[in-house]
Amino acid sequence: MTIPTPASTTGLWAAAAMIAAIVLCSTAGEVLTAAAMKSIGDLDEIRARSGLQGAIRAVLTCPLFYLGVGFLALAFFSLLLALNHLNLSLVAPASASLTLVTNAIAGKIFLKENVDRRRWTAAVLVCIGVYLLAH
Amino acid sequence: MAHERLLPRQYLILGLVAVCAPLGDTCLSRGMTGLPPISPAHPATLIAAVFTPWIAFGIALLIGFFASYLTALSWADLTFVLPATAFGNVIVAFLARFWLHEPISLERWAGIALITIGVSFVAQGPSLTVRPAIEAPASERLPLEEESLAGAAEPVVPVAEEQPR
Repeated sequence: MTIPTPASTTGLWAAAAMIAAIVLCSTAGEVLTAAAMKSIGDLDEIRARSGLQGAIRAVLTCPLFYLGVGFLALAFFSLLLALNHLNLSLVAPASASLTLVTNAIAGKIFLKENVDRRRWTAAVLVCIGVYLLAH
Repeated sequence: MAHERLLPRQYLILGLVAVCAPLGDTCLSRGMTGLPPISPAHPATLIAAVFTPWIAFGIALLIGFFASYLTALSWADLTFVLPATAFGNVIVAFLARFWLHEPISLERWAGIALITIGVSFVAQGPSLTVRPAIEAPASERLPLEEESLAGAAEPVVPVAEEQPR
C-alpha cells in the first residue's frame, strides 16, 4: 500500500506559483542585499580596521540590508511552504536555476553589473546543469 | 578596496557558501517532509515548524551560509557569486555518489559537467565590476557629481576652477 505524499496531491499551477514566489522573492532579496553590501564596502577590510563588531555594526546599520533580508525571509517561508507540498528534487533545482537567470537580468538592470558574454554563458550553463541534476 | 582576482581566503568563503546552502536545504526538506501538510491559511503553523530539530539545524547551516554570502557580496558581484554557489549542487551529487553510494545517471553527470564548466567560466573573469571614481562615498562627493547622479541623461563635464597651462 502506498501512502499519498503531499507532493503527489499538488497541482501543476499551484507548484508553479510556489516556485515563482520563491524565485521572485529571492531575486528581490538578493539584489537588495547585494546593493546593501556594495554600499557598505569590503567587509574583510572593515573587520581588519574595526574588528568583527565593527563589521557587524556596518551591516546592521544599513537600511537597505533589512529590506533585502525581508524579501529573503519571504523567500524562505515560500520555500518551507513549497517543501511541505513538493519534493526537494523539484523545488531546489527549479528555484535555483530560475533564480540564476532572473538574478543575471536584475544584476544588469538594477546593480549595473558588467554581465558580459562570459557571465551569461555561465548562467545558462549552470541553469541547464541544475535542471539536469534534478533528473 | 575590492580585488578583481580572488585571494585563497576568498575562495574559502565561496566554498562555505557552496557547502552550507545545499546541506541546509537538505535538513529543511528532511524536517518539512516529516510534518503533516501545512495550509498557507495558517502561517502560525509554518512558524512553529521552525523550532523542530531538523529545521533548526538547517537554519543554523543557512545562517552560516548567509554570513559567508554577505562577506562574498561585499567584494564580488552578485552575478559572480551566484554561479559559484551553484557548485554546491555538484558537491551534494558527489557526496550522494561516494558517501551514500547512490547511483548517478548519465544526465546528472552531464549536469555536473555543465555546472563545473559554467563556474570555471565565471571564475576566470573579474569578480567585481570596476567603475570610475564616481563610486566615492556620498559624503566625499562633489555637489556637481550628486546632480549628475540624480538623473542627468548625458555625462556632465566638471568645470575646472583653474585651467591648466
